[in-house]
Amino acid sequence: MTASRPNQAAPDPHDDVALRVEHLSKVFGRRPKEALARIAAGASRDEAAKLGTAAVVDASFDVRRGEIFVVMGLSGSGKSTLIRMLNGLLEPTEGTVDVGGERVTGVDAKRLRGVRRSQVSMVFQHFALLPHRTVLENVAYGLEIQGVGRERRQQLARDVIRRVGLEAWETRMPSELSGGMQQRVGIARALCADTPVLLMDEAFSALDPLIRREMQEQLVELQAELGKTIVFITHDLNEAMFLGDRIAVMRDGRIVQIGSPEEILTDPANDYVAQFVQDVDRARVLTAASVMEPPAAAVPITVGPRGALKALRDAQTSTLLVTGPGRTVLGAVRDRDVMRAVQAGERELRPLVDAGVQQVDPDTSLAELPELAITSGLPLAVVGDGGRLLGVIPRVMLLAALGNVPTDTSELQVVDLPPALDARLLTQTLDATPEVHDAR
Amino acid sequence: MLDDLRLPLGTWVEAGVDWVTVNLAVVFDAIRAVVLALFGVAETAFTQPPEPVMIAILTLLAFAVRGWRMALGTVLGLAVIVLVGQWDNAMLTLSLTVVAALFALLIAIPLGIWAARSDTVSAIVRPVLDFLQTMPAFVYLIPAIILFRIGVVPGIIATIAFALAPGVRLTELGIRGVNKEIVEAGHAFGASPGRILRQIQLPLALPTIMTGVNQIIMLSLSMVVIAAMVGARGLGQDIVQSLQRIDIALGFEAGISVVILAIILDRCTNALGSLQQHSPIARLRARSVAARRAPSPAPATTGAAASAVAQTDTGRVGSAVGEERA
Repeated sequence: MTASRPNQAAPDPHDDVALRVEHLSKVFGRRPKEALARIAAGASRDEAAKLGTAAVVDASFDVRRGEIFVVMGLSGSGKSTLIRMLNGLLEPTEGTVDVGGERVTGVDAKRLRGVRRSQVSMVFQHFALLPHRTVLENVAYGLEIQGVGRERRQQLARDVIRRVGLEAWETRMPSELSGGMQQRVGIARALCADTPVLLMDEAFSALDPLIRREMQEQLVELQAELGKTIVFITHDLNEAMFLGDRIAVMRDGRIVQIGSPEEILTDPANDYVAQFVQDVDRARVLTAASVMEPPAAAVPITVGPRGALKALRDAQTSTLLVTGPGRTVLGAVRDRDVMRAVQAGERELRPLVDAGVQQVDPDTSLAELPELAITSGLPLAVVGDGGRLLGVIPRVMLLAALGNVPTDTSELQVVDLPPALDARLLTQTLDATPEVHDAR
Repeated sequence: MLDDLRLPLGTWVEAGVDWVTVNLAVVFDAIRAVVLALFGVAETAFTQPPEPVMIAILTLLAFAVRGWRMALGTVLGLAVIVLVGQWDNAMLTLSLTVVAALFALLIAIPLGIWAARSDTVSAIVRPVLDFLQTMPAFVYLIPAIILFRIGVVPGIIATIAFALAPGVRLTELGIRGVNKEIVEAGHAFGASPGRILRQIQLPLALPTIMTGVNQIIMLSLSMVVIAAMVGARGLGQDIVQSLQRIDIALGFEAGISVVILAIILDRCTNALGSLQQHSPIARLRARSVAARRAPSPAPATTGAAASAVAQTDTGRVGSAVGEERA
């Protein structure tokens, strides 16, 4: 079994498992068990097609509490069948599913309804709102089935509607809303049911790209706020990479790799996955933290102009980050200014500092960085809590990361701003000026 | 040689009907009593009030479901029936139709629901419906007379059998046609099958089911005329009579009365399926909805909805452009 989950990390005893899937298979057709036995004996899916269509074959994985687990695959890879087995909409041919410690597979209808009410709700590709009910009544639907009183459930539904930004639309019918808004109602309905696990079946696939992006971001925000466990199905690799804490890649009913977006991107399990991730938009997957360099070209402001000039010469760049107390970023200095100051015998670095250095959070996605880098011409400072300098992203790094080329090729250096002044000139200047100025 | 071969299908069915007549007489007498009682009630309700009162009631009904045009048409149509002297017959026919359609609905809708939920039931019901629908209508009258004796009851029973099929079919079709994902949503949130039926399937299938109701009523009306041949009273009696006497005048007057009733019933039941914008009931409903919405500051038109969406969209355009540059 381990073959189908090669990249799964060793189970960590501190992680609760919200959803556990073991050896799950589903074959549609007249003789599903026989078809499955044939496949287990080594037959391909096509060879067993006469006995039944194998939609999912031997899938096993754990979803941790509070995680966004993405199942990604092309149409026909079995991902929709898989998600429908997670809440018992489809009964598997073999295997088990447990949600929040409760068995979903092979239980009677009443027990299954109980699990659905208390453990797992669902968001659908085409929204599946009740067209004859208002937004408010739709959102309150899960609570209505759970037997929550009218006043109480409407009050709770209003809170969730506000959270997804639809408070002005409560009394509208779903048909009066745009697709994006309808899906927000769908999400609100699932959130309002207040189950720990959310299943999302191609939830954003029916939306146009701009709205889709907005919804993805909103989902990530909501998840961070509410800590739901989400199983998200998609055929869109970019979406999978953006949303997923971990991704399971499916092909022909089997899970071929499970891993973090970066693992899948940088270490694909086989050619299929490699080919798949080839045209992924790297900018959205990689973050500032994943491409930043240790801040070699940074000095504390206390070193003065001479110290700065030495650092400039050693780092062979035209600009230098300057930090203050607690390694907070004060700004940057340029080599020409520093040299002039040294020649003039200045002792303070502060007047030379250009405060226009862009500071970014380590979690900023690469997609948002280039714009900043182009506008400033200075390197980007990656700062953590309290403005502490964590790393630098020179512009050359940025281009390398997006193009997936190694940064140590020498040709790429020309892309970065070359030092405006020759290193020998800097050395001469340092030698020609008396050292005493810096002694204090 | 083949001349000697004869399948005595008719004889077998006759034997079956004879056996039923003898052994299940109690059952058929009970059915007869119930149908007769119900017809009595309907007859009293339709024929007892004076003509102007009845016309006023029917006109109001037409106005409520479809508006003033329909009301005007109803007044004119009913006036024609009164003026050709067919009012009493028309009301009798209406009573028969209402009672037969009521029974047909009580059988058809649950059967349709059952057929929609079980493929086995559907597979069994379908050929039975084909049989009921295509067997020439007169043929039902023969066993009906034997089982229920001459009079109103065999007419009603034959009518029920004849009118049943479209009600069952359209109910099944309507429920099976409900968006699968929405039904799935009901299941996914833990709703019971009964609840899904009541809250999702029936409301969403309603327009189709109402078409079935309309078909049942129309078929009932056409059948009660034929049922006059076994002694059911009403407009059919005059039509049968005019046929026997080659009385063109009487035939036309009774016939046109059937047509007028049919049009009024058809338009009214059709309107029930999808209440039109200008019908007073629809307007009343819209007003109550508007009253409920009054406290919300939401923009009132769908146009505003579109622009609100457009606004959120433009917010994203900038970043998309930025990404392109990346």
